[in-house]
Amino acid sequence: MQIDWQNFSPLSAISGGAVIGLAASLCALLLGRVAGVSGILAGLAPPRRGDLVWRLAFVAGLFAAPAAFALAHPLQQPEFRAGAATLILAGGLVGFGSRLGSGCTSGHGVCGLSRLSLRSAAATATFMATGLLTVFFIRHILR
Amino acid sequence: MKMQKGHLLPAFALGLLFGLGLCLSGMTQPLKVQGFLDVAGLWDPSLAFVMGGAVGVGLIGFRLARKPAARSMLGEPFRFPAESGVDAPLLIGSAIFGVGWGLSGVCPGPAIVNLGLFNEKALIFVAAMLVGMGLEKLFALAMHLRATAEEDR
Repeated sequence: MQIDWQNFSPLSAISGGAVIGLAASLCALLLGRVAGVSGILAGLAPPRRGDLVWRLAFVAGLFAAPAAFALAHPLQQPEFRAGAATLILAGGLVGFGSRLGSGCTSGHGVCGLSRLSLRSAAATATFMATGLLTVFFIRHILR
Repeated sequence: MKMQKGHLLPAFALGLLFGLGLCLSGMTQPLKVQGFLDVAGLWDPSLAFVMGGAVGVGLIGFRLARKPAARSMLGEPFRFPAESGVDAPLLIGSAIFGVGWGLSGVCPGPAIVNLGLFNEKALIFVAAMLVGMGLEKLFALAMHLRATAEEDR
């Protein structure tokens, strides 16, 4: 195993993570909700009375974040190695899988692990494993 | 505390804070996420630090959110998912999710944040993700109908 020292950024990673954990904690303490992005998105359709505004507002906050962040610090456009066709396939799998599995990196990985949920631990271990295998496959077998 | 209709402002602030954390963490960069998943190549351990920071703070926050308080600070009931045990849909769904995550380096939170940068590829990803979510709803409905049909037989 070789460490990518050039891109390794422990300080911004751990402080960014702490901010994510703070947001998830406040979401629980204030709204009584788990801050799982796939679940918040999926709950928009069909819209239910009294359950729509907070979801839309949370998503709008995520959407506004890069503009707010850029006020303090320059933010690069994301760089994708995947082409459009791969992104369509990947997006479909992420959408389908996160709903079937009741959560994604935020709901299971951050909130679920913080709640010491066995289900979320199993989910996180599973998507980490298939994510690792997928990257191994596309970077070291396919190319 | 008086209940505010729909919690528009707090929810927006929470989404904003969550998104700022994602921006700072580097997880909105697909190549950085894939760099973490690429243990056989040049490995970037940063994502483990993101998880460590998030869960470290989250452990405290969710501990505070546990009973005896019957309601959240804004007067909502706590609606956390029940611990219903590890089942096949959880594992199969998570496995499928991981494949898409590895292929793209994108998960739902960073996808929405990147949409805020008006990035074309992020838009493609989010559109496909919403279609995937819709298909899962249809799939769940079909399974439910089949199960009830079998019960009726």
